[in-house]
Amino acid sequence: MKKEKTKNYIIKPMSGGEAAAEALRQIGIEVMASYPITPQSPIIETFSKMVADGRVNAETINVESEHSAMSACVGSAVAGAKTATASNSQGLALMSEIVYVASGLRLPILMAITNRALSAPISIHCDHSDSMMVRDSGWIQIYTENAQEFYEFLILAFKIASRKEISLPIMVMADGFISTHQLEKVAIFDDKAIADFIGEYNAPYDFLNPQKPILVGPFSVQDSHFEFKLSQQKAIERVPAIFKEEAKNFKKITGKDYKFFEEYRLKDANTAIVVMNSTAGTAKEVVDKLRDKGEKVGLLKPHLFRPFPYKEIAEALKKVKKIAVLDRSMSFGANPPLFAEINQSLAGTRIPIQKYVFGLGGRAIFERQIEQVFADLKKGKIDDKIKYIQ
Amino acid sequence: MKKSKFKELKPVLPAGTSERLKTGSWRVLTPSIDNNKCAKCFKCVNFCPENSIKYNENKGQMEIDFEYCKGCGICAQECPAKAITMNKK
Repeated sequence: MKKEKTKNYIIKPMSGGEAAAEALRQIGIEVMASYPITPQSPIIETFSKMVADGRVNAETINVESEHSAMSACVGSAVAGAKTATASNSQGLALMSEIVYVASGLRLPILMAITNRALSAPISIHCDHSDSMMVRDSGWIQIYTENAQEFYEFLILAFKIASRKEISLPIMVMADGFISTHQLEKVAIFDDKAIADFIGEYNAPYDFLNPQKPILVGPFSVQDSHFEFKLSQQKAIERVPAIFKEEAKNFKKITGKDYKFFEEYRLKDANTAIVVMNSTAGTAKEVVDKLRDKGEKVGLLKPHLFRPFPYKEIAEALKKVKKIAVLDRSMSFGANPPLFAEINQSLAGTRIPIQKYVFGLGGRAIFERQIEQVFADLKKGKIDDKIKYIQ
Repeated sequence: MKKSKFKELKPVLPAGTSERLKTGSWRVLTPSIDNNKCAKCFKCVNFCPENSIKYNENKGQMEIDFEYCKGCGICAQECPAKAITMNKK
């Protein structure tokens, strides 16, 4: 953090869920329609309490299901309110048809996803199967490592999504229970600074205008549907440039850089692991431990997953000799999703990449297991089969 | 292949565009109302999915808007007086 004469933040002990609610409050969210689902419930409960205490001027709508939650959010966003919600796993699955509607209607809805495994069998614990399920939905997707990142990226995310050139919904992920429930020291920045960063909100449609009534979400037949989807594609392709712009603005408040991915001791690394969310934190410890022993190891932690920054990833990883990608979800019968994108980024190079799947249903991954990954990479134990860290 | 300049679209239109779609062109069977049997209960009006039955106050009878009536037959089905018949013409 930038050391200034008067610091513009307060350190508070907070869980990721509470930090997320702080972000929503500081953004000035006006409508939150939500349905509780473990482990997202602390977010909506904390936010509701903030509303009840008069700390934020918002409508909280307690709907009957997540399908209704996203539907109400769509209505709210069309009407021009700053709208947010939170969900995960079964809730995200239940609202999934409307998730696609939100992106098709180009609405800058903010959603916090507290990554949790999809049933069956029922699991309330962390894996990335839920957010991976909607990776094709046209939502911008950002993954975060801990409570501090969850808080900061939710704010940055809303700003990016609501830019007129983008106008797309955005979901920010944090590991369920791991990042959402554990207490951390979180630096909460000054309310006014964040409000100034968010600035004035431009509603996507001038909907509540009786002089010029409009219809949002028409029927489209063969002659136009393709072009609507192309328009969405063009919009999401503008995200990297807008991300960089707003990251610069946000840095003025927090003093931190926000990149598409974090490179940890990657510059001269011979072997590297690519992994998202909280496990990256554990992996950084392993990198430090091995570096102390003289091993040239590094880590790449993706934040921006959709749109996927293929060129930038390729540039960051091109000098690494051997890579392991650790996915926290399965794409049954095919390559795991993060591996598939990293593999695509490095197509045309001859860098061997080993695919791993770990942590399904919240199974913990230990430092010694990550050390083993680096050891196996060093020995060249790389093939085209998925390895499972059980 | 001619490359046309692609114009980005947002899914928004002026209100009321559904009026331009003449659903009457879909019709195969056409309803006709026997005004002697009709009790003006308005059940057909409430059930019509295209809002194509209206009460003509001056004439004192139910009238069908054939520009939009798509011939679904729900009015005939619902009429308690069996005043509506679906015909090929």
